[in-house]
Amino acid sequence: MSNAVSILNGASSNGAVKITEAGLRGMITLRGDLSSAQLITAVSAAVGLGIPAQRKVNHGPMGGVAWMSPDELLLLVDYDKAAAITADISGALTGEHHMAVNVSDARAVFAIKGVGGREVLAKGAPVDLSPEAFGIGDIRRTRIGQLAAAFWMTDDETFELVCFRSVGAFMFDWLTNAAREGSLPEYL
Amino acid sequence: MLMLKCPNCGVTAEETEFVPGGEAHLTRYTSGSDSQAFSDYLFARKNPRGVHFERWRHAFGCGKWFHAARCTATLEVFGTYTAQTSAPPDDILKAIKAKRPEWEGFK
Ligand SMILES: [Zn+2]
Repeated sequence: MSNAVSILNGASSNGAVKITEAGLRGMITLRGDLSSAQLITAVSAAVGLGIPAQRKVNHGPMGGVAWMSPDELLLLVDYDKAAAITADISGALTGEHHMAVNVSDARAVFAIKGVGGREVLAKGAPVDLSPEAFGIGDIRRTRIGQLAAAFWMTDDETFELVCFRSVGAFMFDWLTNAAREGSLPEYL
Repeated sequence: MLMLKCPNCGVTAEETEFVPGGEAHLTRYTSGSDSQAFSDYLFARKNPRGVHFERWRHAFGCGKWFHAARCTATLEVFGTYTAQTSAPPDDILKAIKAKRPEWEGFK
């Protein structure tokens, strides 16, 4: 087995907000009928969670599950378990129209930590990031600059963001630049 | 700025999160069709000043296609609706008529 390495091997930068490449994360794209009993059971077996409502993400001790579109979920699991869980899901959904793919190695994950996180993301995403409009439990697929990305909050001051691994280094540079000391509003 | 609400995921976002897909509700004339109809399908578009029906994709969001009815002159959006239809639904037509009484209707 080759030694898997995340895109920036855990690099971080300390500006007004701390940006960290969060390492390897198991991610499974699951497409199918989100109301199907078989699929609901398979998701519960994989991450111990129910199907999230539209544009919501559920987290628990076994991982997470995010609503990506009306027929698509993103499962967040341990990196080492992703292949086995993907196989389990495919097995559980045999005979049902679906697609389960282990996309862990196609993605990069970043943590954006600090009170200015909302301001950093708002520089590049056409999204209302005020606390009234976006909070813990929400997920938003959008763009950061010109890069496709999705993000959610793990606590009041921390965002997690996923993007394609192929643009991971640029995403890190973009976020680092957007989080430069002195570049955020003074009311923070 | 053009703001659209994606009916698939419920997000209201500005134009840069979407990709335009051109005129909506085209009949896809193909081999065996009258050659004028085929030529018009390939090359002729309405391009009106005013009410227009378009296809859009929520490219940076949920990835799904949908339809939008909007005014090309003012960017006013009358409504967005499912991609799984070959004609605008009645509520969209009513919304347009309410704001553009002189509009001649969907053809
Ligand atoms: Zn959408």
